[in-house]
Amino acid sequence: MQRMAESPLAVYQAHLEKGELAYQWSLEAGRAVFYPRVICPFTGSDLLEWRVSAGLGTVYATTVTHPREGAPYNVALIDCDEGFRLMSRVEDIAPEEVRIGMRVRFRVRRPGGDDPAYPVFVPVEGV
Amino acid sequence: MAGLRRGSAAIVGVAESDLGAVAKEMSPIDLMAQGIHRALADCGLQLRDVDGLLCATSQSRTSGLSLCEYLGISPAFIDTTILGGSSFMFHVTHAQAALQLGLCKLAVIAYGSTQRTVGRRHASVREYNSYETPFRPFLPSTAYALAASRHMHQYGTSREQLAAVAVAAREWALLNPAAWEKKPLTMAEVLSARMVSYPFTVRDCCLITDGGGVIVMTTAERARSLKKPPVYVLGCGQAITHANISSMPDLTVTGALQSGRAAYEMAGLGPKDIDVVELYDAFTINTVLFLEDLGFCPKGEGGRFVEGGRIAPNGSLPVNTNGGGLSYCHPGMYGLFLLIEATRQLRRECGARQVADCDTAIAHGNGGVLSSQSTVILGTETMV
Repeated sequence: MQRMAESPLAVYQAHLEKGELAYQWSLEAGRAVFYPRVICPFTGSDLLEWRVSAGLGTVYATTVTHPREGAPYNVALIDCDEGFRLMSRVEDIAPEEVRIGMRVRFRVRRPGGDDPAYPVFVPVEGV
Repeated sequence: MAGLRRGSAAIVGVAESDLGAVAKEMSPIDLMAQGIHRALADCGLQLRDVDGLLCATSQSRTSGLSLCEYLGISPAFIDTTILGGSSFMFHVTHAQAALQLGLCKLAVIAYGSTQRTVGRRHASVREYNSYETPFRPFLPSTAYALAASRHMHQYGTSREQLAAVAVAAREWALLNPAAWEKKPLTMAEVLSARMVSYPFTVRDCCLITDGGGVIVMTTAERARSLKKPPVYVLGCGQAITHANISSMPDLTVTGALQSGRAAYEMAGLGPKDIDVVELYDAFTINTVLFLEDLGFCPKGEGGRFVEGGRIAPNGSLPVNTNGGGLSYCHPGMYGLFLLIEATRQLRRECGARQVADCDTAIAHGNGGVLSSQSTVILGTETMV
């Protein structure tokens, strides 16, 4: 058996570094897989193809988390148009203004230092 | 559950360890041992009678080893399944299977936690998740809040309806001398308390206490010769739908739908036949979701169902009669306490909070972030 050259997470992170939100497509199941993995949870197959999302999605669930110290912040689940869901945050608006059903667009967030890039979303109208 | 015989095993002993805030330097294993001592006294047996051991705690990686060493036993059957707060319902199922097969004759299921004393960060270390941790979810509350947001959006469930769950739990707790909370709680106090993760204030969230507990199980035949009336395992069911909230298929439908169905099928009972309902109320939304998924009301109606004191003392459905994780105690993985309370109710030992004429109880465990669901249906001698 051939050793895997790169972990699913490493491929995903490399896409993020390029400003892309990547996901996998299960060829046997004919549907998106997220988070990225070695085998498909719908079929058990290892035929998973990497794809790059168009970056458009809809807020599925949202909350405002209130830390003991510091400002409250949004945590949301986003349903991307390609058929996968991920945890993220909607930025550019007040956390309590984020609504279920809101259309959002992906933006890469680079926290700096040793912290890896991660995907956030911003509201978008008319798409 | 396939392969298990309805009523083949029974709970014969139960006990709480010290609860609330325990003595300094007590360990989770101390609390398990204390619970075992008390639960064996409850059924009139000795440590030497124990040949099956099941336990779980987030504070010891190999709690089975630690507990065996501590007790000086080498049990014929051991199981340390850990799936979050529902672990102990899984243990009941595994103990029943072991007893039925003759792998052991007397099983104890033990839990202990000192999370209040040592702090949650030390008691339950969160694994880094590259797909969630960057967004700083305050787990588990943020995850349950996301589920609540979805329920509110789809079904119009209100913060007041969620608060009604907390108020009912408090009313029950005031009838339970062992409960942590001792003062009444109003809906206005729930709504105006410190916000944790919208829509939850701190009063929508379970307590953070120390504590432990133990239940003792044996075969139905042997149970009848022991000190207290046996409480039979009539049905069990389980389901795992995800680990992380971002992978939960539908945030308004939990695996309790499957685990409940399986437990009802094995028991030959339905929700209308259940006299006492014990649900894992880590957050107020849990009670709403499990009432729906276990068939006590239709999907989406849970918020309206809990209004008007229906699940409070003197309401039409007794739910979380010990005061629940919201007001009685919540030492991290609470599931075992639901089994203890259900057993005590069926033995008519509950004093001021005793449900009249009860012969059946459901104890529903939840683990992770609505991730693992396990349902146990219990009944008195009249049910077998």
